[in-house]
Amino acid sequence: MAQRRGHLKVFIGMAAGVGKTYRMLQEGQAEVEAGRDVVVGYLETHGRMDTLTQSEGLEIVPRRRVGYRDTEIEEMDLPAVLARAPELCLIDELAHTNAPGVEHEKRYEDVRDVLAAGIDVFSTVNVQHLESLNDQVTQLTGVRVRETIPDAVLSAADEAVLVDVTPEALIGRLRAGKVYPPERIQAALGNFFKIENLAALRETALRQVAEGVELERRVRGAPGGRREDRLLTSAAPQAISERLLALVTPSPKSQRVVRRAWRSAQRLGAALDVLVVRPPGATASTEEREQLEALRRLASVLGAQLLIEEGDDVADVAIRVAQGRNTTYVLMGTPKPRNAWRRLTQPALPFRLLRGLPGVDLRIVADRTLRTAAGEAVESDEL
Amino acid sequence: MNALAVVLLVVGVAVGFGAALLLERERRTRALRRREGVRRIAFPFTAEGLSEPALVAALRLARAEDATLMPVYLALVPLRLDVDVPLPREADTALSLLEAIEQRAARAHVPVDTRIERGRTVRHALRQLIQHERFERMVVAAGAGGAGEGEGFTPEDVAWLLAHVPAELIALRPVRAALQTAVRASAEPAPAQPSDA
Repeated sequence: MAQRRGHLKVFIGMAAGVGKTYRMLQEGQAEVEAGRDVVVGYLETHGRMDTLTQSEGLEIVPRRRVGYRDTEIEEMDLPAVLARAPELCLIDELAHTNAPGVEHEKRYEDVRDVLAAGIDVFSTVNVQHLESLNDQVTQLTGVRVRETIPDAVLSAADEAVLVDVTPEALIGRLRAGKVYPPERIQAALGNFFKIENLAALRETALRQVAEGVELERRVRGAPGGRREDRLLTSAAPQAISERLLALVTPSPKSQRVVRRAWRSAQRLGAALDVLVVRPPGATASTEEREQLEALRRLASVLGAQLLIEEGDDVADVAIRVAQGRNTTYVLMGTPKPRNAWRRLTQPALPFRLLRGLPGVDLRIVADRTLRTAAGEAVESDEL
Repeated sequence: MNALAVVLLVVGVAVGFGAALLLERERRTRALRRREGVRRIAFPFTAEGLSEPALVAALRLARAEDATLMPVYLALVPLRLDVDVPLPREADTALSLLEAIEQRAARAHVPVDTRIERGRTVRHALRQLIQHERFERMVVAAGAGGAGEGEGFTPEDVAWLLAHVPAELIALRPVRAALQTAVRASAEPAPAQPSDA
């Protein structure tokens, strides 16, 4: 029988000193009290007394010493942890790079082995260590973090817990000497620990965890999830979240459809996807390329997602995309007039969408300038 | 009677043929003008600097030249944010202004292709615009110079545009600034004229 994979819980924070390790230890103590076999695989207290006190009473697997360039470095003893085989292992600093000569280059790889052995793991990481956020964090703070972990490591975590404090509170802790020793405080305040840096990092951390929750919800909603999860989510996505899809072509008129769709999305508090369907293998003309680029930039400013899909049949592609993305609302421009033969042989695009997407609203976005032009005298004289 | 009918028919055919020829010539002239002349007129502006006289001038030019007007909203992104970050509040303002321009352009029968460009500063956003878009002419409103002294670009930005825009640039002086200059000129004592005596 295959061994059960361990359960990974990651405590994520915006910066050092928010209390990730403390919280991990606190939960570890609670697990001990609940009767579980818990050990500390690796703990980095950074000399913080509160953290040290919190670890009291927990069994700690001794570190091993690894020789590297005439010095000895202490690392987590992976073989000893695996041999000890506890129910739960607390392993601090998930993004740490190991000294050469041990089993793996990175600590998250050690954690994978521990999980594969059926041991649950609690670990900690700062948001700036996530690979995909590294550039963004560098831009926000001016500090590049060298130790990174692939986003997949956090995505694979069963739980991500955000350990949050306000930037002001963190700076207060730093000044009080609770984060770094006194000689490092001024340097930290002058570099990384600025209110604006911390505020931006805090927002990034909050977003990261929120996105993780959204992803989890979608994965659970997918076929094959546990029955109770399916029951829980079968009605929830439709009831709670709206998702809009704007179906456009690469032309200036499409910007109007996107704008109207975005306004609707804002009112509904919904996400917006913009879909362009192109004939398979067709080479885009210069104008088409320019319009696609303009759409891409508009979508980026609006926070919408531009999807460019290939397909012979616009309706089929739109239905497939809308189903795949849990769309609740489709918006499109006024369809082009069709010739008599097409009218006889195939229903119009809106009817096909309505039929292919039951339960999804469809809105045809009219050109309001036509109403103005028809309803009012042409005011070209005002120019 | 028959002769009259034949004459009328011939005249009718001739008139119809002539009209068709004229329409075709007009269509070709327009197509040629579109192909060879000005096709797109960029009209960049910021939320604080949308000048109505400049917009009217841009629309007039676009109509006269059968060109498409490209109003470009310049969205300024604070340094603490990533330059590619979505800007919902700014976008809300931008879309309202762009829609208003679009309505106005529709009344003047001018086709419009709107844009939003982001940048750290006005000049950075203008540079992005020059990099991303193709246009043959640009119309801008020149501000009076000081802060809050007019709806348009600063003299430094206009000078920068003159040096960097790979197209014809039309910088329109604000009415208020022009009036102030005229008032100042009239208030200054006239230079002494050489006397005949």
